[in-house]
Amino acid sequence: MRRYAMMFEKLCAEGRGAFIPFTVLGFPDEEQCFEHLKLLARHTDALELGMAFSDPVADGPTIQRAITAALAAGATPARCLRLVARLRERCPDLPIGLLVYANLVVHPGIERFYGDAAAAGADSVLVADVPSEEGEAFSEAARAAGIAPVFIAPPNADDCAFDRIARLGAGYTYVLARSGVTGAEPAACAPAEGLFNALAVRKAPPPVAGFGISTPEQVRAALAAGAAGAVCGSAVVERLGALGPGETRHEAVTAWLDTMRDATRAIRGEFSHRPSSRRASPSIP
Amino acid sequence: MKPGRFGEWGGRYVPELLVPPLAELDQAFESAQADPAFRGELDDLLRHYAGRPTPLTLCRNLATDTPARIYLKREDLVHGGAHKTNQVLGQALLAKRMGKRRIIAETGAGQHGVATAIAGALLNIPVQIYMGAKDCTRQKANVFRMELLGAEVVPVDTGSGTLKDAINEALRDWAASYADTHYLLGTAAGPHPFPTVVREFQRVIGREARAQILEREGRLPDIAVACVGGGSNAIGLFADFLEDEFVRLVGVEPGGDGVATGRHGATVSAGSPGILHGAFTHVLQDGDGQILESHSVSAGLDYPAVGPEHVHLAKTGRAQYVNVTDREALAAFRELSRAEGIIPALESAHALAWALDEVRRTERETVILVNLSGRGDKDLELVRSELQRKSQVL
Repeated sequence: MRRYAMMFEKLCAEGRGAFIPFTVLGFPDEEQCFEHLKLLARHTDALELGMAFSDPVADGPTIQRAITAALAAGATPARCLRLVARLRERCPDLPIGLLVYANLVVHPGIERFYGDAAAAGADSVLVADVPSEEGEAFSEAARAAGIAPVFIAPPNADDCAFDRIARLGAGYTYVLARSGVTGAEPAACAPAEGLFNALAVRKAPPPVAGFGISTPEQVRAALAAGAAGAVCGSAVVERLGALGPGETRHEAVTAWLDTMRDATRAIRGEFSHRPSSRRASPSIP
Repeated sequence: MKPGRFGEWGGRYVPELLVPPLAELDQAFESAQADPAFRGELDDLLRHYAGRPTPLTLCRNLATDTPARIYLKREDLVHGGAHKTNQVLGQALLAKRMGKRRIIAETGAGQHGVATAIAGALLNIPVQIYMGAKDCTRQKANVFRMELLGAEVVPVDTGSGTLKDAINEALRDWAASYADTHYLLGTAAGPHPFPTVVREFQRVIGREARAQILEREGRLPDIAVACVGGGSNAIGLFADFLEDEFVRLVGVEPGGDGVATGRHGATVSAGSPGILHGAFTHVLQDGDGQILESHSVSAGLDYPAVGPEHVHLAKTGRAQYVNVTDREALAAFRELSRAEGIIPALESAHALAWALDEVRRTERETVILVNLSGRGDKDLELVRSELQRKSQVL
């Protein structure tokens, strides 16, 4: 969990936000995925990695297709965690988050799931279909295993939900840039500033925006609105999917990743204006 | 206890984004239930549009060589051909009450889709139905019915292209559209408050049946039996008998090719604890927690999860869950058609198959109440080809 705190501290000093690409573990297959992970790790601040589940209700078409491909190629939770462990070996300081669905957590048993995730080297776990009102047991088990439980802050949350999200969450808070499911379409608008304020007054973990973010302009807009970083999923998965097996010319992808990452930089002024919405040392247990 | 729990089962396992619309539905439902004007409008529709109360029919020819009497609760006579219409009318009125301007729903075989399209036409609300691409092909007639009624049918080709994927897609739609759209879930499953909303709107089945059988027999039935896919007709039948502890409640799940083959949909009796479509319930899953496809000759029972209240009733012992294979259900389908002149839905034939088996075992005078949840017109093509396949001639 400390890796997130260290990352935000470092980025804050540099005057930028975090760029966090997402891909699906085991997509398109285990070995190509590991190549993708190595490539991504060199051009990002942190990684968010999805575990393939048969019924991904929070995901749009691009990530659904990646999940289907991963499952067809034999992705299992154990193999996904093996990929995380291999990545952790190469990148000791990179914050690695897992995005999963509830049944994959309760099936082996909540304690065992978080224990295995921690052993593989994951820093955080976001369970897409566990809202804060059902989150108590998940948050407790995660913390006991040394995993930061990440919760989603949607635009339509009420005060009680914000309270719970701030209290139960650690590592970072996943702020929805729009309603709907994951995907580049429809494009995100900047999340409402009210959302960031609601989190900031409750001292919630640093807000990272996601859903519909696929261009540097959207990254800039999210950070200008108060985000401490941006997650980019479908646009990354699409580009990784276009790489053929054994492809060595990754320039187009890495150049795009760097553009996205650079877009977190142009906010120096904003940073000093809103210290409250971007605390460097969040409430991490 | 957290809201929407039946013992430890149920809950609201959905993306945080869907919690506010579910809470809104919960509040609207509570206030509507307490509002005589709402109850009055729904009762009026059930009576003058849907055709309630439905009759309770004593079988004249089935089981006459036994000391048992079998009563059929005739939900097959509800407008639309199944019990589905009861709760769809309730939820559609709720949607209007909440000021929603659009309704979305999922459907497997198409029965819930047809019922929703009926309500949309009647109440002037645009309806969009998500239906697995495979199911669209298998159930062409119902796709046409829905379109004729003015609904738009959206084929879903992700995942397995069946009911569970249609539910996934409806949930995805709702995550973007909740502000002006009601998701009209078709069974007593899913996240809170759906299992409760659907039970309460289906409770009319058991309430009528209880009064009818008291009038006819002067006592309550020994057994009340219904088929269980998601579980809405069963929970509707059971609800008013839960306090009558001497009434044995039996839920009949689809045994498909036989539970031992793995090709079945017997979620309560042969599934395991898991989370799907918003509820902690029983699901069919593999060793990693991936959801498996269910199998049943009856599309309406073909679902790899089940309403959480049924799991609670099973665990507490208040209800018993058994299963009946495709073959046994087909036999009961023929038997009721020939003996009583009633062609049942294949779903309902599962409940009947168990009842027929039970009366053959019993030597005591037994009164059995069977929920005949729907009519079988929709199944004629399928049954004809199944029977031909087994080289049996009608």
